[in-house]
Amino acid sequence: MADIVIDRVAKSFGDFQALKEVSLSVGDGEFVALLGPSGCGKTTLLRIIAGLETQSSGRVVIGGRDVSGLAPRERGLAMVFQNYAVFPHMTVFENIAFGLRMQKVGQVEVKRQVDRAAALLHIDQYLDRYPAKLSGGQRQRVAVARALAVQPAVLLMDEPLSNLDALLRLEMRTELKAVLREAGTTTIYVTHDQTEAMGLADRIAVMYGGRIDQIGTPLEVYATPATRFVGGFIGNPPMNFIKVKASGGQIRVGSASLPAPVRDAEIDLGLRGEDAALSADGSGIPFDVRVVEPMGSHLLLTGAIEGQLARIVTPPTARVQAGERVGLTVDPSRLTWIDAATGRAIART
Amino acid sequence: MTSRASWIPYALIAPAVLFLAAFFIVPLVQTIWLSFSSEEGVGLANYARMAGDLNFSLAIRNTFLLTAIVVPLQVALALLMAVMLTKIERGRDLVLWVLTIPLGISDLAAGLAWLAILQNTGYLNSALYGLGLIPGPTGWLTQETPVALFIGIVLAELWRATAIVLVIVVAGIQLIPKEFAEAAEIFGARPWTRFRKITLPLLKPSLQSALILRTVLAFEVFAVVYALGGTNFPVLAGEAYTWQNINQNYGVAAAYAVLIMAISLAATALYLSILRVRPEQQP
Ligand SMILES: Nc1ncnc2c1ncn2[C@@H]1O[C@H](COP(=O)(O)OP(=O)(O)OP(=O)(O)O)[C@@H](O)[C@H]1O
Ligand SMILES: [Mg+2]
Repeated sequence: MADIVIDRVAKSFGDFQALKEVSLSVGDGEFVALLGPSGCGKTTLLRIIAGLETQSSGRVVIGGRDVSGLAPRERGLAMVFQNYAVFPHMTVFENIAFGLRMQKVGQVEVKRQVDRAAALLHIDQYLDRYPAKLSGGQRQRVAVARALAVQPAVLLMDEPLSNLDALLRLEMRTELKAVLREAGTTTIYVTHDQTEAMGLADRIAVMYGGRIDQIGTPLEVYATPATRFVGGFIGNPPMNFIKVKASGGQIRVGSASLPAPVRDAEIDLGLRGEDAALSADGSGIPFDVRVVEPMGSHLLLTGAIEGQLARIVTPPTARVQAGERVGLTVDPSRLTWIDAATGRAIART
Repeated sequence: MTSRASWIPYALIAPAVLFLAAFFIVPLVQTIWLSFSSEEGVGLANYARMAGDLNFSLAIRNTFLLTAIVVPLQVALALLMAVMLTKIERGRDLVLWVLTIPLGISDLAAGLAWLAILQNTGYLNSALYGLGLIPGPTGWLTQETPVALFIGIVLAELWRATAIVLVIVVAGIQLIPKEFAEAAEIFGARPWTRFRKITLPLLKPSLQSALILRTVLAFEVFAVVYALGGTNFPVLAGEAYTWQNINQNYGVAAAYAVLIMAISLAATALYLSILRVRPEQQP
């Protein structure tokens, strides 16, 4: 059992609060992605779990054992560093073998594990080289192989594929997921690439400004964002937010009228670009199309709803012209309502 | 590359080369020439006279012994202090500054300071007498107490010249990104293993510089030895001084100088080859 419980962990660097009481539970063998913009505290949280940084308050429990006071090597985990930290004075082989050597594993087994990890990451032809003679992406894969070689119960990865080209990243992503699932490795995976998080993770924790805004399955965070930030950060195009005023439990946008979750308040209407359909007769929410971008699989329409920027996705066959006003119909059950004052989603009724 | 650009580097380096030629290479050649010429003509007469001297083998032995003990001790001490310095968070600059004070003191002054401590009526004897450990003034720096004299010289040299190694090592350690040690720790390396497998190999370039500098200077050791032991502890540079100024025999003095230079060059070559860092192994 290697589940991870992060219990109200906070971290300050001097006056600056990098983490504000973060709590997160990761089940045994679960794959959780930490997703968030640059500087939101992902690396800091990962380093606290690893024991490289000491939290200002809160505790970290791994496999039922409070590890808050333990040194990194006593926590039984492996880590891929954001800046690789591949040892420059060792060959690729010795780098990957490092953890096994520390565990005093026999020569034959070391070779077997190193070969396995290197093959998985397609770096088996570079085993004799020194890191200085590798590209950034190759070095990064050495860092991942070094962590996989020890077959850890808990694996922490800090943007481990950020330096690979799109095709290789997709391939590595799939293989990584398969290997970690098979081994039952509890994984925390830091990324600011939402497609990576959606594709890999059992659950995604979306971080923003030192907090976790939402934890949920990829579908949950996509369809029902808990905050305005999550809606705007996840999805491409991001969720549209239209400022509206509810009165008597209804809102009016143009000629359209929709049921609102509150009676009278300023609220934001969150609408995914693909959740709106063009109405045949121009009725519904009025949308002024400014730019039409054919993306192949769909059309991306950029325009305005009541003067507020919005992006709508339509089938590639739709006949829309820039400068046109069209009408949008929406499914009320797929809308998100955000309290304009707090930025949090209003519970659905 | 245009033809105009190609002479610029030479022009820029010319003043330094001329300076070196005038004040270093010319005297060097003169010294070498002097060491091979004597009343009997050009030859090895000066060297024969040097090697036949009573003090010669003693000076060789003492100089090598001193170097072999002082330099490793200095490197070990400097490494220890540098690693401890990295653990200090506040006041680190102040500690480093205090540790490097001896660098600002000339070697003769350092020798005299230690003489004040170790001589018959010095601070050490006063303290020992006060504690009732010795009956009265006791000589530590005499020909009859060679071990005590040697230890005294080693102590003075350690005090005087460890700081330069420390400065080089501290600068080198600061260049090593802390992620390497962190990664090693995550993967199970204990502090001593981290030091051996990560810090030390990555510190090789700094250690090389420090070792070359310290070894060359150790072979030239003179003022501290002279202040503490006079002629009781012959060393190579001291013999050169004796032949130059007491015996007024410049040829033999030059032979000693050339010998010291040859030893230094050999030591430098040795370090360069043993501690060679291949470019691809650098961070
Ligand atoms: N040692 C430190 N001292 C002071 N501030 C720090 C330190 N480490 C991190 N911070 C601050 O804490 C915040 C979070 O940093 P962190 O490295 O965790 O961000 P991140 O989410 O990993 O970002 P990125 O995606 O760019 O890697 C940042 O604002 C950063 O400036
Ligand atoms: Mg980071």
